[in-house]
Amino acid sequence: MRDFDSCKDLFASGKMTRRDFMQRAMALGATTALASTMAGQVMAATPKKGGRLRLGIGHGSTTDTLDPATYENLYVQVMGGAAHNKLTEIGNTGDLVSELAESWEPTPDAIQWRFKLRKGVEFHSGKTLDADDVVASFNHHRGDDSKSAAKPIVDPIEDIKTDGKDTVVFTMKSGNADFPFIVSDYHLAILPSKDGKADATSGTGTGGYTIEKYEPGVRTALKRFPNYWKSGKAHFDEAEMLSIVDVAARTNALTTGEIDAMDRVDIKTAHLLARKPNVNIAETSGTAHYTFAMRTDTPPFDNNHVRLALKHAVDREALLKTILRGHGVVGNDHPIGRSNRFHADDLPQRSYDIDKAKFHLKKAGLSSLKVDLSAADAAFAGAVDAAVLFKEHAAKAGIDINVVREPNDGYWSNVWLKKPWCAVYWGGRPTEDWMFSTAYAAGAPWNDTFWEHERFNKLLIQARAELDEAKRRDMYTEMQRLVRDDGGVLVPMFNNYVMGLSTKVAHDTMGANWSLDGFRAIERWWFA
Amino acid sequence: MDQILKMVAQRLALGVVTLFVVSLIIFSAVQLLPGDLAEAILGQSATPETVAAFRRELKLDLPAHERYFNWLFGIIQGDLGRSLANQREITELIGGRLLNTLFLAALAAAIAVPLSLTLGILAALYRNSFYDRAVNVFTLSSISFPEFFVAYILILVFAVNLGMFPSISNISGNLEFWERVYRTILPALTLTLVVVAHMMRMTRAAIINLLASPYIEMANLKGIKRGRVITHHALPNALSPIINVIVLNLAYLVVGVVIVEVVFVYPGLGQLMVDSVSKRDIPVVQACSLIFAATYVLLNLTADILSILSNPRLLHPR
Repeated sequence: MRDFDSCKDLFASGKMTRRDFMQRAMALGATTALASTMAGQVMAATPKKGGRLRLGIGHGSTTDTLDPATYENLYVQVMGGAAHNKLTEIGNTGDLVSELAESWEPTPDAIQWRFKLRKGVEFHSGKTLDADDVVASFNHHRGDDSKSAAKPIVDPIEDIKTDGKDTVVFTMKSGNADFPFIVSDYHLAILPSKDGKADATSGTGTGGYTIEKYEPGVRTALKRFPNYWKSGKAHFDEAEMLSIVDVAARTNALTTGEIDAMDRVDIKTAHLLARKPNVNIAETSGTAHYTFAMRTDTPPFDNNHVRLALKHAVDREALLKTILRGHGVVGNDHPIGRSNRFHADDLPQRSYDIDKAKFHLKKAGLSSLKVDLSAADAAFAGAVDAAVLFKEHAAKAGIDINVVREPNDGYWSNVWLKKPWCAVYWGGRPTEDWMFSTAYAAGAPWNDTFWEHERFNKLLIQARAELDEAKRRDMYTEMQRLVRDDGGVLVPMFNNYVMGLSTKVAHDTMGANWSLDGFRAIERWWFA
Repeated sequence: MDQILKMVAQRLALGVVTLFVVSLIIFSAVQLLPGDLAEAILGQSATPETVAAFRRELKLDLPAHERYFNWLFGIIQGDLGRSLANQREITELIGGRLLNTLFLAALAAAIAVPLSLTLGILAALYRNSFYDRAVNVFTLSSISFPEFFVAYILILVFAVNLGMFPSISNISGNLEFWERVYRTILPALTLTLVVVAHMMRMTRAAIINLLASPYIEMANLKGIKRGRVITHHALPNALSPIINVIVLNLAYLVVGVVIVEVVFVYPGLGQLMVDSVSKRDIPVVQACSLIFAATYVLLNLTADILSILSNPRLLHPR
């Protein structure tokens, strides 16, 4: 192993190229994959400062704003990731790490949470962070006049108080063991307060980059904030974010060197793009998933046997292969991803089973079934195709699915939560409780299956306040089983985030919670 | 000359009426679209309370006619208002983009107009020759392909394979002129290919139409060279239809280029308008459509004036 180590040192110090390192490592008996991983790890260990990162982002609109309350697409989310910090952060390996909060402590019932703030953190304006800023930032999303997309997640907060300059005390309406995860949400950026109100429009934050110039829907110029408190992060001197919505334009810009990285690679041509010598494809598999949501309060979906028949009548492998070209994993009819802490690994994978579908149909007292499935590409790319494939799969079980192609425009206001069965996209949530309370709890505004299960809702509240990990695991496993076997949701697959990077760009393990390294690419990546 | 001034005044007055009608139509059309700004912005994350708070703040809960007259009142005072979505001044949002759009249109016109006139005159001169047919086939095929396809082909050849020009037009405010031209050249070429056929064919047809007239025959009989017959005898009389077609195409270059903007990531007015329609940001949509309508009104007026000036019969009516 000594030879390996000396190679690693040479490579890390830049005296050996990546190619030489790979060759030497393989000569010493490592496989290609291993050598490549090792190269990645060694490079990861030695970030370099400097340079100007140019990101091409497949979102962005002239109607975007700097206010985190209405962050709506990846463009502003990544910009927020560079300009702002939150109290906590989902680290690149998926663990919760401290950010502006140095530490936090719950009461034993998890109702009251004390967050101790990091000292000496400075805003871009020169103001020093204190507890009042945190209170104002949270109140920005609360109250009757809040137009924040984060309102539902801060609603469970009963009261926020300061305790001295560096401590904030949150009192919840009921116990919530996952609260430190919730405060990592991208909406809950800590903003400077002015007369008790958060300043949400200037773009000032505590993050590693200041927003020098922002043209909505076109570009953002970012500059490293010299007084950034975080060490070992924010390596680029400058960054430029371009909104390039057209995927072909984005791909061309990457291959011709106009940009250094892009999100949302066209998966139909990803294998061709990977052949380019100056481009690497990066892929992360997280919590993002596609669903077909059935309204359990509307016939025929109010009968669980009908739901189970449909859940057995879809060939997930075929959908994964055709719609995602393999860039994802099959779903098991619950919304918890494999990267989540309490994913139920031993729950058997549901498969395409015509006999079982027929069996459940018969149990429901039906010999055949005719249902409408609403879909549009606004739900997710390929939703209409997926629905048509589903129709073919289900036809073998005597189920006639009528695919209704809905307009993209206004899909979320006119189809979702309205039509009895429709295609939906979920970015997913970092914790089980968050995901379940957003879309599966009785009465939740986005409970798109209108599912109300007594045992499930009881467990949800119990597990939320439970601080014992083993007990929580049991409860969340049972809840995943309940959603899978009784819920109105059909989860055919989890999609990967597929990104294209110039070979000049280096990074550590990429965060899988969101695209572009959990929205933190600008602060986490560097030029090799 | 009085005649012309009178016509200009009449046309401008009519133009103002047109703009008013356009604003009314656009407002009602956006009103008919499902959803409003609050729902569009919040998208999947909308809850009834946040949508209601959004509407209260932006006064979207007022009845439609009240909002329209508020807007109209502002416009009459010269105030375009603010974008509902991000509260920016609309003049500030539009200013830079309008310049970008006009710059692209001007660059495309500077290439396309001389090119198509030359091609058209030469095609008339060498009618039915191999050259004539080749030019016709080429321009007609380039107009028949969708714009984005032409754009992708140009990107493939000039940006990806040859590496001569950038594949995206990364334009920011403080570029020097030639750098700006360099970065805008591919979208301008795309637009050129799209509009050349129309202008070239019109030039050719208008001239050939005149070549059968007795005065041309006379000129031929006098022994004047064919090139001179066309440029000095036929062309002046063919100018009127040619000018009309050129001006229509110029208007198209200003208002119809959103697809080219998307493919080249060119920050022009079209993209702004599409974004604003999809978010139901009515004041911005209104402002853009007024600019587009005004472009048509003014360019048509220009076409008429130029036609009159180029035609002595219209200039001195009996």
